Amino acid sequence: MKVYFFHLMPYGDLDIAEADKHNSAWVTIPNTNFDPQKGMKLYNRYIGELELGDQLGFDGVCVNEHHQTAYGLMPAPNLIAAALARSTKQAKICILGRALPLVNNPVMIAEEFAMLDHMSGGRIITGFVRGIGSEYFSNSVNPTFSHERFYEAHELIIKAWTDPGPFSYQGKHYQFDYVNLWPRPVQTPHPPVWIPSQGSMETIVWCAAAERKYTYLQTFSPYPVAVKAFNAYREEARKNGYEAQPSQMGWAVPTYVAETDEIARRELKDHIEVFFNKFLRFPSIEMRLPPGYSSISSTKSLMEMKFKNRTSSTIDTLIDNGMILVGSPETVRARIEHCQKEMGFGHLMAMLQIATMPADMTERNIRLFAAEVMPHLQGAVKPQLRAIA
Amino acid sequence: MREVALDVRGTNVRMFEAGTGPTVLVLHGIDGLAVDPLLSELAKSFRVVAPELPGFTRSPIPDWMMGVSDAAFFTLDLIAALGLPQVHLAGHSIGGWIAAEVAIRSTHALASLSLLAPAGVMPREAPKQDVFLLSGEEGVRALFHDHALADQEIAGRAGDPLDIMLQNRAGLARLAWSPRMASVTLPRWLHRIDIPTFLAWGEEDRILPFSNHEIFAREIAGAKFLALPACGHAIPQERGADVARAMGAFMNGAR
Repeated sequence: MKVYFFHLMPYGDLDIAEADKHNSAWVTIPNTNFDPQKGMKLYNRYIGELELGDQLGFDGVCVNEHHQTAYGLMPAPNLIAAALARSTKQAKICILGRALPLVNNPVMIAEEFAMLDHMSGGRIITGFVRGIGSEYFSNSVNPTFSHERFYEAHELIIKAWTDPGPFSYQGKHYQFDYVNLWPRPVQTPHPPVWIPSQGSMETIVWCAAAERKYTYLQTFSPYPVAVKAFNAYREEARKNGYEAQPSQMGWAVPTYVAETDEIARRELKDHIEVFFNKFLRFPSIEMRLPPGYSSISSTKSLMEMKFKNRTSSTIDTLIDNGMILVGSPETVRARIEHCQKEMGFGHLMAMLQIATMPADMTERNIRLFAAEVMPHLQGAVKPQLRAIA
Repeated sequence: MREVALDVRGTNVRMFEAGTGPTVLVLHGIDGLAVDPLLSELAKSFRVVAPELPGFTRSPIPDWMMGVSDAAFFTLDLIAALGLPQVHLAGHSIGGWIAAEVAIRSTHALASLSLLAPAGVMPREAPKQDVFLLSGEEGVRALFHDHALADQEIAGRAGDPLDIMLQNRAGLARLAWSPRMASVTLPRWLHRIDIPTFLAWGEEDRILPFSNHEIFAREIAGAKFLALPACGHAIPQERGADVARAMGAFMNGAR
């Protein structure tokens, strides 16, 4: 198994009482709640945490893209990746991912990733996403074109990386008379593409297609949802005439370790509850699910699910749902090994800084995880044992 | 009202039809096709034809529908498919915007134009509500000035399938997501409308500000404007019968 350190770079200094007045951590919460002096410290602290991850032997460090929110301060994740390209030495740098439909020039995404591939010495892993619903409000892009733009931008980027240029691309949403990347990427045929999702069947089918075999990442979801998604991926792969490998599946999960289970739960409680109840709060279902962002049938089932799960999360319900990993190193290790056996993933993306978690606590978590949990996982999965019925 | 279907160059269009007399083609607002007091009153003295716009209510968004321009050309095709030399064209809200876009392209087949709180121009002041952030009941209330009528509408919609509401939202977003409910270019071309034009606006409209009427009234030569006190955005429900009678008198004068 390969082990990664996933960072959202949240605005950890968020005044929760103020945020409560706006009933949202996204789009409509005034940015007067962001203090630039604190922000400056946070960016440098967070980049340092990922650099520490590199030094401690994580297989990769991960950043991602979100807009106009306290949940994550990386509207341009490639800027962080560029800093890491120079300051890290061995870890893969994973950008999980760029939101393709939100841009009007996907060629620029191909160019930036190609640059990062050079600057990092071929260490990048790229990720493609659609962006979450609220990002169609913050970027003005028409959500009813979300799927079409994603597929078209993806096609254009892969072509830009692999087809000899110059060539012309004429799509419904994107038209370019000249596509001719300087630089071409280092990795061949192109940098790996991973797809983060919360279990959309359409995404799983698309990832598992024989011509792509993209690594599918299940993000922050209840245990049964993750199991179902990985099973669906394997089933889809078999339909396409091949066995899905663990390297095609990744699980992203908030993780906290301390000396004992009791200490870990006590220390994590406030931060994880703020994460799920405050940082992931939207003023209405309409902001999460803008019109046409998903098909009418999936919008209906998502609406029903969100309405059902309206009660706020507690650390106990999160543990019961298998949404988080928390405990002593032994507990967390055993839980990961159990989950790996059940889910069959080959990549674990541990989110080790959570919402308001301060620097000292985060560093202890990173160091303890790296020393007591990670070594038991890295290389622990034998290829012949990987396939799961 | 009876439900009929019309093939418009390969697109099947559901329509309500009622009444006899000169034909009025009525383009519905943001919540799709439904029978309302405006249609019922108009049908007393006209032949009313109210199509379900592609992308709304029970019609999925066609691949070719990229924006309001396509909706306008589609409406011109629809008028041609009706096989009449001329129709009176009317529209409310998003339907009013489409009707105006039809008229700036060609008034050849139009006897008159009626715009009821049309979308399509940038408001001077930020609208009080983002129509795409309103949910359920709150979304209905934002349309009405009269609370009792809002309650009635909420009760009336209680049994509607969620699919219809979601389809109306998606159809509206396809046409009006950005800029919200507005066009950068429409005001520049409104002067091309050279037919009798009737304009009405609710003074208490919280979706499209009342002051938006000024641009239409200024740019369309000779437009007759009717201000509606104590009326919100939902003109067809709140003042449908009154407005239908005023429109009727206007259309009779325009023949």
